[in-house]
Amino acid sequence: MKYETAQLTECNMGHPRRYVKHTTTNPLSLFSYGRKSDVTCAPLLLVVKSLDFISLKFQANVFHSRGMDLLVEDHDDSKGASFWKKNNKAVPGRPSPRKELKVIPYNPSPSTSFQDFQQSINDAWDPGDDEFCNISNVKISKKSFPNVSDDVINIHKYKSGDSKTTHPPHQRKEVCKIGDFSYDKDNHVIKNKIKKFQAILKDDYLDLGDLQNLSWPGIPFSVKADVWRILSGYAPTCSKTREKALNEKRKEYWGYVKEYYETENRDDSYQGTYRQIHIDIPRMSPTIPLFRQKIVQNMFERILFIWSVRHPASGYVQGINDLVTPFFIVFLHQVLESEYDLGTLDIETLDPIKRDQIEADSHWCFCRFLSGIQDNYIFPQLGIQLKISDLRDIIKRIDEPLHRHLQDNGVEYLQFSFRWMNNLLTRELPLRCLIRLWDTYLAELDSFASFQLYVCAAFLLHWKQELMLEKDFQGLMLMLQNLPTQDWNDSHINILVAEAYRLKCAFAGAPNHFQSKRS
Amino acid sequence: MGTRDDEYDYLFKVVLIGDSGVGKSNLLSRFTRNEFNLESKSTIGVEFATRSIVVDGKTIKAQIWDTAGQERYRAITSAYYRGAVGALLVYDIAKHLTYENVERWLRELRDHADQNIVIMLVGNKSDLRHLRAVPTEEAKSFAERNSLSFIETSALDSTNVETAFQNILTEIYRIVSQKQIRDPPEGDTIRPQNKTMLPVKFSGWQ
Repeated sequence: MKYETAQLTECNMGHPRRYVKHTTTNPLSLFSYGRKSDVTCAPLLLVVKSLDFISLKFQANVFHSRGMDLLVEDHDDSKGASFWKKNNKAVPGRPSPRKELKVIPYNPSPSTSFQDFQQSINDAWDPGDDEFCNISNVKISKKSFPNVSDDVINIHKYKSGDSKTTHPPHQRKEVCKIGDFSYDKDNHVIKNKIKKFQAILKDDYLDLGDLQNLSWPGIPFSVKADVWRILSGYAPTCSKTREKALNEKRKEYWGYVKEYYETENRDDSYQGTYRQIHIDIPRMSPTIPLFRQKIVQNMFERILFIWSVRHPASGYVQGINDLVTPFFIVFLHQVLESEYDLGTLDIETLDPIKRDQIEADSHWCFCRFLSGIQDNYIFPQLGIQLKISDLRDIIKRIDEPLHRHLQDNGVEYLQFSFRWMNNLLTRELPLRCLIRLWDTYLAELDSFASFQLYVCAAFLLHWKQELMLEKDFQGLMLMLQNLPTQDWNDSHINILVAEAYRLKCAFAGAPNHFQSKRS
Repeated sequence: MGTRDDEYDYLFKVVLIGDSGVGKSNLLSRFTRNEFNLESKSTIGVEFATRSIVVDGKTIKAQIWDTAGQERYRAITSAYYRGAVGALLVYDIAKHLTYENVERWLRELRDHADQNIVIMLVGNKSDLRHLRAVPTEEAKSFAERNSLSFIETSALDSTNVETAFQNILTEIYRIVSQKQIRDPPEGDTIRPQNKTMLPVKFSGWQ
């Protein structure tokens, strides 16, 4: 691959910067596995040919999420003269085409801008030398930009506070710090997004496809709860009947609670279910004060019990309790007017009517959410077993070295990915990330079962470098059981789902990739 | 990654089984990291940990698989019995039902694990004296009848946790070393890595 450097003055940076110029028809190919080293530390100037705008914008997201600009010098999409028929169909995750854009700079929220990052590591970074430099024991070279930047961040993070200890994987700290959801207030990009959401929500008959597309890359918190209710199929798309329908469903839920849960003579066959839920609820998120409160535990207990009784084919399965949490938190967040730290909220201060609504809404959304993946939970969990086998095939197909490394060390996919699939990564990611991940899960709801497989594949591939360094079964297993995601945020999830989407596009339409026998 | 004890003479795979909530994960964390969580999350599928001990001057590395207790997971967890040479079958001394289910777990082992697997019956939560629902003698005689070894432990106050693992690993070691004297293993079971060491991965009684 050949690069030339180009000098450009980019208006929103204000000073000349060096770019690496590269001509391609597929910018994303720069990130293709095993070729990450092709992406250098200087921003890329891409001369993109024969690429329609939608793909380009989508691919730009991948660059942005890695903190990079994608600069496009030329593309002739607007002429409509391209040979291939353009796919203008709405696809979740791809913003609808609006206007032509030639430069797609990385322009994130203020707290994570490149300038900020540069400033934060000023002491270590020589602005005149961005290709080869040495920072303590970290070597920065063209070859390994993405990982080196992570190393630099880590080194500085751990330097700054001596008291801060690194957590060995097995002593993993509870990462579910919840509460700070207010970041979308002052960001104009998000403000615009909120407006778009509000416009759709106001429609008499909203277009679910539009809503899914808009939601796929993440939903701002101020509209999240309303959108989730609609995406999960709980609230109707017709705005006029929405409130009425919700109230009826809430009533229906409380009817079930009376019938099955609060009854004096509970059916004996439910005792096992009740006992299991009762054991699991207190140890759900024991370090978060909110989940230690009896009222909250009772709410979860009822939600899960009613669901289990009404879904006898699977009944309650350990782990699904974690799947209620994102719904619960988002609906709870909606009814709190001021900026509460949800983690320490005293639930008793909340109006009981609102509490009941949160509970019923959580139940119904959870219910619909699970309906597409029921075979994951029916004995002997064939849905999961099948997906694990697919995961194996995908990794074998696209990353043979990683697959071989796992195999050579005796690591089986079942040993680590079962929990990923059973709990939809809730045990692997911090709660704030789950809430972002749920945006995409819900926007993909119709094909969610298969999409989650690709998320797991992308998740595994994300850790390739670290995993390749582990030399034996023990090291690999301990790492896979405790992947260090404590510091993950929305941008990590954005990459994760973008990669998952890419994999899905490559594999979903080409079933021959899956080698296991299917009839 | 913690300390890597790459050097060992024997590697034994041991599984932890028993009803949900009897304290399997805490027995494991107490033994491998000397930790205890009053409310640790439920185990989904299986979890893995390891620790080495020394018996008769030989380093024995225990590879311990902690399994989910819920019946739903049997299809998955039984896959982990393969190659296991030891099993700790755990019940809660304060919950009689978990003791009643021991027989089912034994059947589960007989069906899926190697027939020579060494099984130890473990009555956990011995610190809950005032709530005891399973008399020690009763469990002891049950263990004798079924030729299991037996011990009561408390992962919370550490009582007997070390001993339980020491005992089962020693028992396995004795059988394996006896067996090795009787019929020395061939080929790739012994892979000398250096002059002084003969690491043995023992993964079955056949």
